[in-house]
Amino acid sequence: MAIEPVTQVTGRGVFIPGADIDTDRIIPARFMKCVTFDGLGEFAFYDVRFNPDTGEKTDHPLNDERFKGASILLAGVNFGCGSSREHAPQSLKKYGFDGVIAESFAEIFFGNSTTLGMPCVVASAENIARLRADVEADPSVEITIDIENLKVFSSSGMEFNVEMPASAQEALVSGRWDPIQELLDNSSAIETTAEKLFYV
Amino acid sequence: MGKSLFQKVWEAHTVGSLADGRTQLFIGTHLIHEVTSPQAFGMLRDLGLKVKYPKRTFATVDHIVPTINQDAPQDPLASDMMEALQQNCDEFGVTYFDLKSGKQGIVHVVGPEQGITQPGTTIACGDSHTATHGAFGAIAFGIGTTQVRDVLATQTMALAPVKVRRIEVNGELQPGVYAKDVILHIIRQLGAKGGIGYAYEYAGDVFDRMSMEERMTVCNMSIEGGARCGYVNPDAKTLAYLKGRPYVDMNDFDATAERWLSFASDADAHYDDIVKIDAADIEPTVTWGISPDHGISISENIPDPAHAKSNEQKATIEEALSYMKLEAGMPIDGVKIDVAFIGSCTNGRLSDFREVAKYIKGHKVADGVQAIVVPGSQIVAHQGKGLDKIFSEAGFEWRGAGCSMCLAMNPDKLVGDQICASSSNRNFKGRQGSPTGRTVLMSPVMVAAAAIKGHVTDARKLFTIDSQAVAS
Ligand code: SF4
Repeated sequence: MAIEPVTQVTGRGVFIPGADIDTDRIIPARFMKCVTFDGLGEFAFYDVRFNPDTGEKTDHPLNDERFKGASILLAGVNFGCGSSREHAPQSLKKYGFDGVIAESFAEIFFGNSTTLGMPCVVASAENIARLRADVEADPSVEITIDIENLKVFSSSGMEFNVEMPASAQEALVSGRWDPIQELLDNSSAIETTAEKLFYV
Repeated sequence: MGKSLFQKVWEAHTVGSLADGRTQLFIGTHLIHEVTSPQAFGMLRDLGLKVKYPKRTFATVDHIVPTINQDAPQDPLASDMMEALQQNCDEFGVTYFDLKSGKQGIVHVVGPEQGITQPGTTIACGDSHTATHGAFGAIAFGIGTTQVRDVLATQTMALAPVKVRRIEVNGELQPGVYAKDVILHIIRQLGAKGGIGYAYEYAGDVFDRMSMEERMTVCNMSIEGGARCGYVNPDAKTLAYLKGRPYVDMNDFDATAERWLSFASDADAHYDDIVKIDAADIEPTVTWGISPDHGISISENIPDPAHAKSNEQKATIEEALSYMKLEAGMPIDGVKIDVAFIGSCTNGRLSDFREVAKYIKGHKVADGVQAIVVPGSQIVAHQGKGLDKIFSEAGFEWRGAGCSMCLAMNPDKLVGDQICASSSNRNFKGRQGSPTGRTVLMSPVMVAAAAIKGHVTDARKLFTIDSQAVAS
């Protein structure tokens, strides 16, 4: 199973305001009635993109024409908290996001995103605020998340360090973000462990 | 220096280190349900893989199953998902507690009930409330669908170890203060992201005295506190609960019991952090906002953004108040409700319904309030025979087993901006099915009191709760 390394992602950015954006917000549960993940993209942030009473588009940044095609999501603290649904990062990825820069991430969301090859990096509130200002002043600003060097650059001239646990970084840059092959390769070690366990 | 239960279980289940530095961890028990498993089985088929240890995966149906006319969902997507689960279980040889089995229910109720959940084991399930099983001294993780695939295919997954925080609650709880209040209080103190990077070990007199069901309520909401998992060390109560359950090997129970207890944290175990809470400080706690750490005691007022400690906090309070349509500084006691929901994997067990049933006799649900009571499993429903009458007489609807109004995937949903007094675990925007629906989390007895009064209220003023709430 050949998997492409993810060393850097580049694209235009969009800032999604709010702290503790939970996975119900990212993909409302009613859209999870599906037996495949295809087609989830169009439901990303659905209940904040459309007025629940009228069905009309809201002033959510993802409805703003200026940010159409943005592929780097900027967010605040504790992004992706709540349920373990992989539908959340799946819907963002299928919506067209290639990476997320936030002040912090909920762990399950973080892990699920890495496993899809969608890097999530942590930046300071100040840097995110400045990057947001740059992007909102000029939506054509290109942002690069350099996973190898844990840096973010922007065509507006910003450059700052970001954080990501070493294991996730390694998994992405070495093309092992989907661990299935490595897990399968250790089949005999798995069986040895199972034999030692009293209950298996 | 000794070891914590987390360390012991982690070491026993470590298969090896992966190239990225993570651990390949053996998952002893895998629980699946209809929502997060079909895609994983699809991935297995795409990759031409089999389930490595089919006997170690157990399935049930809970999220989308209706609570009325359970086997005939009106929603074709729901029936597709139920059928897909049946097919996948048949094809891959997985045990399925279906509606006909009499054992169906919320996956986190079914596991313990069947004795599948055991001390010293690792458990994974594509559902964040898997932490519930930690009540038995298991290390139990909620996982994503790709990891469900990994566990099906290899019975292992890639994980980085977390730190361990011991949360000690000592002293006496006041009457009318329940396990739910304890965990809402902890989350309020430590924050919804306070647990990021940690496993929570709940310890101290209060948890020692709790019944297994109460421990499950606490561990269940570890995730709302941001923790990766939460657990209570196994003890005599754990053994007594498990003894004789269908999946517990009774051949040499004493030896099994000894092995289980050996996983309990050593007295000199290392912890990365220790938090101490005085039980006497815990009041009946309810949420006023849109995050589980938006909790206040029933006698407090709703926070005022003017008194926020930071701009960030101010913005959060303003956002929550505007969504909840509540006014800053007003008492939470008295907030009108439209719906009352008692159920979910947090508070949908027999002891929850028994406790409520003790107080509602002679009372009636207020006009205009819809009150529903949803057992967590078919077995709970069966054992609750007789309780259903007490509830019906008081004006509560007694339904079939499932997740019901905890989330928006079955017909039980809020409508418009209805407010629900709920015994579930999440008060996120739109969680209960309407994009503008509002949730106020609280203990089941508090939900019952709210249903009867028609507004959020202090159950201790309506009912005479003189018993020690936590079983001794
Ligand atoms: S009851 Fe609610 S929290 Fe529990 S498993 Fe069902 S949907 Fe999830």
